[in-house]
Amino acid sequence: MKQGIITKVAGPLVIAKGMEEANMFDVVKVSDKNLIGEIIEMHGENASIQVYEETSGVGPGEKIVQTGMPLSVELGPGMLTSIYDGIQRPLDKIYQKTGKNIERGVEVNSIDKERKWTFVPKKHVGDTIKPGDIIGIVQETKVIECRIMVPVGVEGIIKEIKSGDHTVVEDICMVEDKKGKMHAIQMMQKWPVRKPRKVAKKLNPDDMLVTGQRVIDTFFPIAKGGTCAIPGAFGSGKTVIQHQLAKWADADIIIYVGCGERGNEMTEVLTEFPNLIDPRTKDSLMNRTVLIANTSDMPVAAREASIYTGITIAEYYRDMGYNVALMADSTSRWAEALREMSGRLEEMPGEEGYPAYLGSRIAEFYERAGKVECLGGDGRIGTLTVIGAVSPAGGDISEPVSQSSLRIVKVFWGLDAGLAAKRHFPSINWLTSYSLYKEQAEKWERENISDEFVSLKNEAMSILQEEAKLQEIVQLVGIDAVSSKDRVTLEVARILREDYLAQDAFDDVDAYASSHKQERILKMIFKFYDKMSKAVLAGVNVEEYTKLSYVARIGKAKFIEEEKVDNEFDEIEKAMERETDEIMEKGGLV
Amino acid sequence: MIKEYKTIQETAGPLMLVENVENVKYDEIGEIKLQNGETRLCKVLEVTEDAALVQLFESSSGINLKESKVRFLGKGLEFGVSKNILGRVFNGMGKAIDGMPNVIADKKVDINGKPINPAARIFPSEFIQTGVSSIDGLNTLVIGQKLPIFSGSGLPHAELAVQIAKQAKVLKEDTKFAVVFAAIGIPFEDAEYFTNSLRETGAISRSVMFINLANDPAVERISTPRMALTAAEYLAYEENMQVLVIMTDMTNYAEALREVSAARKEIPGRRAYPGYLYTDLSTIYERAGKIKGKEGSVTMIPILTMPEDDKTHPVPDLTGYITEGQIVLSRDLNKRGMTPPVDVLLSLSRLKNEGIGKGKTREDHSGVLNQLFASYARGKDAKELMAILGESALSELDRMYAKFADDFEKEFIAQGFDANRSIEETLNIGWKLLSTLPKQELKRIKDVFIDKYYVED
Repeated sequence: MKQGIITKVAGPLVIAKGMEEANMFDVVKVSDKNLIGEIIEMHGENASIQVYEETSGVGPGEKIVQTGMPLSVELGPGMLTSIYDGIQRPLDKIYQKTGKNIERGVEVNSIDKERKWTFVPKKHVGDTIKPGDIIGIVQETKVIECRIMVPVGVEGIIKEIKSGDHTVVEDICMVEDKKGKMHAIQMMQKWPVRKPRKVAKKLNPDDMLVTGQRVIDTFFPIAKGGTCAIPGAFGSGKTVIQHQLAKWADADIIIYVGCGERGNEMTEVLTEFPNLIDPRTKDSLMNRTVLIANTSDMPVAAREASIYTGITIAEYYRDMGYNVALMADSTSRWAEALREMSGRLEEMPGEEGYPAYLGSRIAEFYERAGKVECLGGDGRIGTLTVIGAVSPAGGDISEPVSQSSLRIVKVFWGLDAGLAAKRHFPSINWLTSYSLYKEQAEKWERENISDEFVSLKNEAMSILQEEAKLQEIVQLVGIDAVSSKDRVTLEVARILREDYLAQDAFDDVDAYASSHKQERILKMIFKFYDKMSKAVLAGVNVEEYTKLSYVARIGKAKFIEEEKVDNEFDEIEKAMERETDEIMEKGGLV
Repeated sequence: MIKEYKTIQETAGPLMLVENVENVKYDEIGEIKLQNGETRLCKVLEVTEDAALVQLFESSSGINLKESKVRFLGKGLEFGVSKNILGRVFNGMGKAIDGMPNVIADKKVDINGKPINPAARIFPSEFIQTGVSSIDGLNTLVIGQKLPIFSGSGLPHAELAVQIAKQAKVLKEDTKFAVVFAAIGIPFEDAEYFTNSLRETGAISRSVMFINLANDPAVERISTPRMALTAAEYLAYEENMQVLVIMTDMTNYAEALREVSAARKEIPGRRAYPGYLYTDLSTIYERAGKIKGKEGSVTMIPILTMPEDDKTHPVPDLTGYITEGQIVLSRDLNKRGMTPPVDVLLSLSRLKNEGIGKGKTREDHSGVLNQLFASYARGKDAKELMAILGESALSELDRMYAKFADDFEKEFIAQGFDANRSIEETLNIGWKLLSTLPKQELKRIKDVFIDKYYVED
């Protein structure tokens, strides 16, 4: 391959001459240190290269080696349970090689090429295959089978297919195309990260992602294949929500991209997930997870790539027909990396110094989500849900990254610093957040939960809206000036907020609430509403009523374990009737 | 043979352009020799085939374009480490300034540090008792955490930092503690306060100080925290010490960065700070941590003053996005004489959940903490309402909460800078306060703990 010569080094930006043969977005190796870079601009023979590793010690006159390949990821069995850096180098392998710090130019395989996997063919000699067809499977982890697909560009008749133990780079299938040319298929394939993987067609998302988080599932649900943005100031709990979703969402595969965030957060996922049990598969959560970690102290250019690396891996599993969810924390750091490179390229800045193409890049990224019919003859369906955290400066979402995201996503969970300061978590503000999947969600809920749930949740939302108005009045004239009917509404709204919306991510039981439990709690709160209304209208004092001992039990109902929900809830509801009757009798109000 | 260049083309602010250079590398250190023999250091910011743009670490006064010479040293800025740095005082460039002979270094280490592999980290989970209730009880600090103090001008952040440095201990026996202190652009008196306080307690012998005073060159502030962290990492990972790094004031650091950025004519970001301020700060803060296979650790308490007490100012804002929480000081509490004036509702420790509970602090800690937060928040709301509408407009319960908020500030927060409370004491005070509320209000605490710890009249 032809070599270029460096003419300028400025931080992560290197300019080289003698690069006329290179293509845009090709990967190059910079200097003898073998640093990985990507060509992002060409002017005649000069190429601007963004380097994914620290460039200190690199100077003009050193060589650039072209690889002739765009930045690609290796896809195949062995990715699940891994932790990768922004350009798909396994961090645990790097740790074994270079110790606690990440050294530059370290070369490690993205996928283990020595390990043997047991390949079980699903097609036979003589079968005609086309791209996307599943030729066989490999049990990648206890819960996930990796379906080996025919790569794009290969079509024809199987001449040979080998079952048994193979590495990911061995030929497992030989295919003869129409012209009589033979193609070999391996378990591993490569795909350029900046190009979306091909699908047969895109469909409208209609199935719901169940997350076990009450405020999300009940009020602001997201569809499988949908998109969501979570903007929030620091300390408002973005990362905790992302972790909760990664833990409890009923997706088959989770891709967690830590983009420019804290090192300890990635370590937390690494130490915690293997010990957590998936409530559906009863197996370790790590077995369905791939982590991409570009922490904030790692080179900034690789941060830009990490998002694409993550979504390409996610698309690969989607293409197998899985429901995949990708969490990106945080897209703002990715946008900042874009801004930094743009500044060094001396491009004309747009809003707040971000490049003018920020909006289109964000749109392109979220558009890779969706429900699709995968390539291949069996018409299987896969979904890719994308949930991006945004870290707006000063918590003010009028900034470009938040606004560009909100223009494209369908669900918005607005985190509220005020709620966070009161330790109301998840601090999703129920007045400003929205979900555009409401219709699909209601249809799904009618089929999977109950009609009653749909009407209760809508009523609950109007009570919360009503509360906001009443609170303003209370602030002005005091609680005594409010009618008893409104005081009941306020009390129910308080219970909805404190005992339903607030959910403790760090409590073993409360961290996850099934749809059934959500329905039961909601029903109980409305039963309370009903009883309290009757009692108060009959003349019982509001404060006296709220002192009834069962009221405190409603507050603790969320800590009741799933198996005990039905029994214990029935008991609380009995107590509710009994105590209400008693207080009314005592007041002679019956 | 190292070449000397007499081709300085221009100097402007902290920047200097040297022409006709050969074989110069990005980020390497250069040495400028003035006509009077004095030498100063600089660093390469940008290099093309025939010119290098360098950033001075010291002032540019006296540099003569014709007479001054530059030679490039082929390495980054380094600090010489050895066990003997304990008890010593250095300037922001790592030169000893305590009048004692230079430290004989075991080795020289590049001060920039390399990214820490997340796969090599241990998730911080070991409780540090600072003796301050508002921290231990509600915003618990753990080993390897980076927990900044967000302060404002005129607030006693120095006193709080000294209190923590004096009292901090790990509940495990025989741990070696060290304090690394970096003064970044602070006045002489403030620096003296730290030095004297550490001397009084005898902690000075296990401290290393890096002092860049307000009248020292601003560009030196860029290297000061990195020098300090290099020393801290050495003590932690090679001398197996638990190191507490206190850096004050990070706002001055960011301003020095802004100065260099402006001189380079870079596109300014918010409030004219460079767009890469987040990345730059994170290469400092992320050096805190605990590493697999190493006994020692680096725990960081950076201090910053928020201009106009504005938490959304870029320096506190970006810091908050990187660090694992923050301790916010309150002007209101301070005015009312409640010290240390920690605003517990705005403060947060992200790692507290790992550091507390059975076997670490006490089984009821998590519940008490959540309940104290919730009750104090409600009490403050009630007090606000009371201020507008008068006490009579409040329900009986809200009056209880209002009183709770007052008592909480007086007894829990306002312990003074000299009291050293054990975690048991802190939690017991919490229970005493919570017991002024009716039992059924304690929704965040498990019943078993209420039965065990609630103080009946």
